[in-house]
Amino acid sequence: MKMDSNKTLDDILGLASTHFKVPRERLTPDDDFFKTLGIDSLQALDLLTKLENHFRVELPDYELQGVTDFRTLAERIQARL
Amino acid sequence: MLDLDKYSCLGEALKAALDRWPNETCLIEADRDREKTRLTYSDFKEMALPLARALQDAEFDPGQRAAILMTNQSKWLISAYAVFYCGGVLVPLDYKLTASEQLQLLKHSKPQVLIIEYYLWRAMSQLPECKELTSRVLVTEAPLKADLAGAHRWEDFRRRGEPQFHSRRRDDAACIVYSSGTGGRPKGCVLTHENYLEQCKALTAWYPFWPGVRYLSILPTNHAIDFMVGFIGPFVCGACVVHLRTLRPEFVRDAFVKYKITYAALVPLIVKNLERGLRAKFAELSPVKRFVLDRFIGLNKMLTKKNAKVERSRKLLSQVHAGFGGELQALITGGAFMEPSTMQFFYDLGVPVINGYGLTEAGTALTLNDLKPFRADTVGKPLPGVELRILNPDAEGIGEVAAHSKTVMSHYLDDPELTAATIVDGWLLTGDLGKFDVDGHLQLFGRKKNMIVTEGGKNIYPEDVENAFDGLPVKEYCIFAANYVWPSKSLGKEMLILVLRLEEKQEFTDALKEEIIGRNRKWPDFKRVGGYIVWEKDFPRTASMKIKRDDLARDMGKAIDRTAVTTL
Repeated sequence: MKMDSNKTLDDILGLASTHFKVPRERLTPDDDFFKTLGIDSLQALDLLTKLENHFRVELPDYELQGVTDFRTLAERIQARL
Repeated sequence: MLDLDKYSCLGEALKAALDRWPNETCLIEADRDREKTRLTYSDFKEMALPLARALQDAEFDPGQRAAILMTNQSKWLISAYAVFYCGGVLVPLDYKLTASEQLQLLKHSKPQVLIIEYYLWRAMSQLPECKELTSRVLVTEAPLKADLAGAHRWEDFRRRGEPQFHSRRRDDAACIVYSSGTGGRPKGCVLTHENYLEQCKALTAWYPFWPGVRYLSILPTNHAIDFMVGFIGPFVCGACVVHLRTLRPEFVRDAFVKYKITYAALVPLIVKNLERGLRAKFAELSPVKRFVLDRFIGLNKMLTKKNAKVERSRKLLSQVHAGFGGELQALITGGAFMEPSTMQFFYDLGVPVINGYGLTEAGTALTLNDLKPFRADTVGKPLPGVELRILNPDAEGIGEVAAHSKTVMSHYLDDPELTAATIVDGWLLTGDLGKFDVDGHLQLFGRKKNMIVTEGGKNIYPEDVENAFDGLPVKEYCIFAANYVWPSKSLGKEMLILVLRLEEKQEFTDALKEEIIGRNRKWPDFKRVGGYIVWEKDFPRTASMKIKRDDLARDMGKAIDRTAVTTL
């Protein structure tokens, strides 16, 4: 069964919070995750790997191209679920 | 390797290579830990010639242009060879640009053919301005039922029958490579076959490839460095290129081991990531093991003080080298500032990091470290055939680097004015500031030109970033590289700044700040402005109302310092 898009977004925020040790309440869907998490492009790819494992879906690197906020990232993932 | 003096163009040299080493592996393509493709030179030829024939049947003639927009993969090189076989001019475009930016460069370069990866075409074909594109479009890896919006499927675009090989003269254009210009003035560097053949000869004189060498290609192939050391160089030496279709650090590390990589060109961001990984591993060692490791590193430092001895280092620090596959000769870096401490860290482990300096306008590289001895504080010595001068040196000997070499581009496409300002009496004015030390090594000390280079090796020009701010509710605005306004003798920590001139009685409000932040986010992180300044005077302008950037930068530099910048 396809996951609800709000749940996808919520899971992403939770995983980002755990992985990069940023309090969950500080993260909002429209945050620029590079800035909020203080990460570079390689660390963003690392996040993508964590999301793949969680959602059990393969996400090519290009799915991150041009994406800077959690909401768009969730949309990209949702489209592949 | 082939004697490149015998060939008049890249197509001829590559054709000879395909015939010379038919059974050697030339390409391996892997996606994560899965190997997707492995081709010999003979297989490569079999894949490229039917494409060349189909291009010719579609009236792609010698001298016409074909753009490539693809991530690093075998089809990039196969397509490029097919284009050269037809006598075409290649336009390698940056797949990391936005679809709109890519269309702007296509509009400027006017290629007859565009070869593009499906996910990029999907984004581009949705833009209204894509309707103006007149190129024949070949799309790779499209899903079977995908709507290709009138494009052809690359995999089906092939014809039987021997294509005709079209040779080119040495001074004919081989490639048009954009060094900037997606928002401002397009800078399409027209590089000739001679530029590439001479560059390849010079690089391989210092760092030869040979059959059995495996080069890991993860820098974009559209970039000058990978095009040379991840395509032309290995091919004319019978070596093998390994494409990895992900930049995820865990798979990059695994690829070194799995494919026993000999050379890899990496941007500082990735080299630093490898350094972090190694340091973390070292930190986990027991005190005894750490003590032993440090002693071996100390011994290696002593042994390699005068020059690199990779074989010996490999024996001494076998476990570290096993983590790189055990065949690594060197890492190549360039195109962006690299911290000397990182280079030294790897050199001390017996993994030389070859630092160099170059710019698209000069082919690939002008200088390179020859490791005799290793120097982390310079960008090396001029390559064979390259003459460098320091123009108007100051009291410390620092001035603009000018280059004279057979590798310097012919001209900027359709811009004689910019060409005349950039190549003066046969000397390329690089816009970079440097000086030579007593050993003939070039050291760089900042830029004279208004641009920054990121850790990821991207050249960012303020004019190309400005269009995200079109319509910003202020009187006028302009973007600068901070180091252009306040010259710095350092290449680290570069940033772009947004200069705002508000309307009379306009206040700088939180809403305006939010608007700036929102617009800034239109760009990927590496392209964003890092801070802003509210300037109290009208911008100086020409009669045609263009901002006099140099004058504005000079006025600002005199009136205020860097502390006036508010970080975004």
